[in-house]
Amino acid sequence: MITDAQNGHQSETGAVADMVPRRSLPRRLLAILLKSPVGVAGSIIVSVIVLLAFFGPLVSPHDPTGRNIRARFEPPGFVDNNGKIYRLGTDQLGRDVFSRIIAGSRVSVLVGVISVLIAGTLGVVYGLISGFVGGFIDSVMMRIVDGLLAIPFIILVIAISGVVGAGLSTLILILGFTGWTTYARVIRGEVLKVREMEYVIAAYALGQSRLKVMFLHILPNVVHSAIVLAAVQVGVTILAESSLSFLGLGVKPPTVTWGLMLSDGRQYINSAWWMTAYPGIAITITVLGVVFLGDWLRDFLDPNVRGRA
Amino acid sequence: MRGFFISRLIQLVVTMFIVSVVVFFILRLSGDPILVVAPDFFSEEQINQMRKFWGFDRPLGEQYLTFVSKAITGDFGKSYLAKRPAMELVFERLGYSWMLAAASAAIGLTIAVPLGILSALRRNSFVDLVITSLSSLGTAMPSFWLGLMLIIIFSVHLRMLPAFGALEPKAIILPSATLGVGMAARLSRMTRSAMLEVLNQDYVRTAKSKGLQEKVVILRHALRNALIPIVTVFGLQLGWLLGGSVVVESVFSWPGLGRLMIDSISVRDNTVVQAGLLFFALSFILINYAIDVIYIILDPRIKFQ
Repeated sequence: MITDAQNGHQSETGAVADMVPRRSLPRRLLAILLKSPVGVAGSIIVSVIVLLAFFGPLVSPHDPTGRNIRARFEPPGFVDNNGKIYRLGTDQLGRDVFSRIIAGSRVSVLVGVISVLIAGTLGVVYGLISGFVGGFIDSVMMRIVDGLLAIPFIILVIAISGVVGAGLSTLILILGFTGWTTYARVIRGEVLKVREMEYVIAAYALGQSRLKVMFLHILPNVVHSAIVLAAVQVGVTILAESSLSFLGLGVKPPTVTWGLMLSDGRQYINSAWWMTAYPGIAITITVLGVVFLGDWLRDFLDPNVRGRA
Repeated sequence: MRGFFISRLIQLVVTMFIVSVVVFFILRLSGDPILVVAPDFFSEEQINQMRKFWGFDRPLGEQYLTFVSKAITGDFGKSYLAKRPAMELVFERLGYSWMLAAASAAIGLTIAVPLGILSALRRNSFVDLVITSLSSLGTAMPSFWLGLMLIIIFSVHLRMLPAFGALEPKAIILPSATLGVGMAARLSRMTRSAMLEVLNQDYVRTAKSKGLQEKVVILRHALRNALIPIVTVFGLQLGWLLGGSVVVESVFSWPGLGRLMIDSISVRDNTVVQAGLLFFALSFILINYAIDVIYIILDPRIKFQ
């Protein structure tokens, strides 16, 4: 009898489970992603760029730093004596523009990801403390943020890298340590809303320490805004890196970056348009992919803001 | 109303104080500012003399106080390079920068507002798709690259417009178009969403059901209310415009403040960099205050607070 009843119960739940298949989180994410064409486009672009950053040398048709004096300034589609094709042309030293674009993806991905991680972590912690502590300390902390935000981001970064000197790791640090202010302001605003919520008051009532309330109860409820912002900031950071390298204040040769390629291209703008056109297209597509992915992420994580922007 | 201006003034002073601290310390991030400018062949004694001359031998706090008390009177010291007051150099360039900013903002608004409205009125249509796609594209594009492409098309191939300098009035067209398009891309998106929000409001439905012409409904009832968020975004984008202008001025050799900054940074002319940074911050803050006042004009519900 008992076994029968158990069996019956089991088959019942089994039937329900059949009707609503329980899927794992990655599969659910994929299902939601496939509903949004913008999300699909964004994730394809971003995946390709990230794969190129890691495995670029495997698919690169030429050596990105290999010079060939006989093949300087050759236009797109040029075929050399060995029958090798240079799809996007060559630069002033006869290097293949296409291979250099592939090689340049590495710097963009590195700078975009690491700087945003640094800035995001700093900003979230700062905003969390400021909003949580409140009162006089909060106003002082926010005035500091206002002061930093009063100098446009790119100008601040240009000034600092001009003084400190350039290089890939320095640049990542500079972008990371200047970009946190936006997160701080957004997170602080969210914390102010969340800290009056009933579950936070309940956590106090249960005798939890302030530190625990801050990191275990408030942080998980505000971190989604930081993730949405981070997606936007990856694009902003990639654009900032290219501007700095273009101005000669960022990454230095022989490291290949899209900004440096544009700076080379500018010198030969009268004769070799392809040196300027293609690296810029690479930057635009990459940032577009990040923006698309960010739009989708915002709709997914924060349905309240859907359709606002 | 007086209270509003006083509280704003206090905020301005506090923000500028923090900006001044930031600007002062940025230039000391490199360690010893004298070693940066002193020629390699200088002896230890000569370097010490130089340090004393510029006041770098004093304690850091004292150096900061001297810097601020002089900066308030507009004295940032002499440019290491030009041997003239840094402020004079900044003022020379300011007019060019304002001219470029105004032209770019005008182009940005002229493109963005009509397109944003059109996009909102024809929501989810083909026209909307084209406009929003172009806007995404314009946001993702590095502004200086767009400038380079315009040079290739209009200066190198068509030979219609000058690629650099400010010697003739035509020279402003390419740099301001470059910045204006970037601005338009960012603004049109916001105009669209602001309009969409307003178009769903009761008063728009009332106006329509009264039998008013669509043109009147859109221009007088909808747009006027959508202007507030548009103005907000416009203010925020001015930060982007100021920043973008630094790079774009460099591309077009436009003799503005941005180019002065880049040139001074590359030769480590720190007094000029300091003056320039403070000026950028001050103009950004003042513009945003002006926008607060515009709000009150646009929306009688907002009181001076």
